[in-house]
Amino acid sequence: MSLSAKDKETVKAFWAKVSGRAGDIGSDAVARMLTVYPQTKTYFSHWKDLSPGSAPVRKHGGIVVASITDAVNKIDDLAGSLLTLSELHAFTLRVDPANFKILAQNILVVLATMFPVDFTPEVHMALDKFLGALARALSEKYR
Amino acid sequence: MHNNQQGKMVAWTDFERATIKDIFSKIDYEIVGPAAISRCLIVYPWTQRYFAGFGNLYNAAAITSNPKVAAHGKVVMQGLEKAVKNMDNIKATFTELSTLHSEKLQVDPDNFMLLGDCLAIVVASQLGKDFTPEVHAAFQKFLAVVVSSLRRQYY
Repeated sequence: MSLSAKDKETVKAFWAKVSGRAGDIGSDAVARMLTVYPQTKTYFSHWKDLSPGSAPVRKHGGIVVASITDAVNKIDDLAGSLLTLSELHAFTLRVDPANFKILAQNILVVLATMFPVDFTPEVHMALDKFLGALARALSEKYR
Repeated sequence: MHNNQQGKMVAWTDFERATIKDIFSKIDYEIVGPAAISRCLIVYPWTQRYFAGFGNLYNAAAITSNPKVAAHGKVVMQGLEKAVKNMDNIKATFTELSTLHSEKLQVDPDNFMLLGDCLAIVVASQLGKDFTPEVHAAFQKFLAVVVSSLRRQYY
């Protein structure tokens, strides 16, 4: 399910539209992930506060969405551009890759709440493929 | 994997019950059902394998305007409404539907959550910021119970 030229165009165009709210998108997606899929909290036991809107959640949301924006800009070489992040997730964080899909779904839900008109089925599919490709690039160094 | 679910009910909090009933009272079945099914067929095109008799599913526009797809969306919402009305016994409520999907329709049960994910997204776009993380969690739990009940008769 690799990204076609049209998928890349769709992702870039949509992301350009929404990146003004990047901070909110990231924060809400992480908050939702922790609330809706509480097993993901196991990776954040070092945080003082895991509630939606808390400082660690907002900060982490910002980090995640900045990486996504970076990946959109380097969409033609996701494996290359995510090499360091993949090593981080593989050797240090050791996040089970199944969780990438969970976070992806939460990102899509947030986009649906914030951009109901622009988040058409076509955009949804392109973004779902993109986040899947991102997840694969992130898993690259695991084994 | 055991199937010793006798007498073991899903525990719903007051918030979860109220939230599910509230969501289903707010959403328009005529919009949400068709939108969720067509989104599923577009975003996960392999699910089209179960709708060979529906006519033109050639592209997103065809799927979105297909009357059989829309009709099926409403059928799905009516099924979900039964679960909302019987939240304490969704398992029993869906026994026949589960058998139908397993034996007659032969749907790979992994597809149920694909439709569930699309439904969450359509409901999210309808409710906007009212679809808070807590409301989302209640809805996701409801979907998980529905999917589990639909999987139950597969063997």
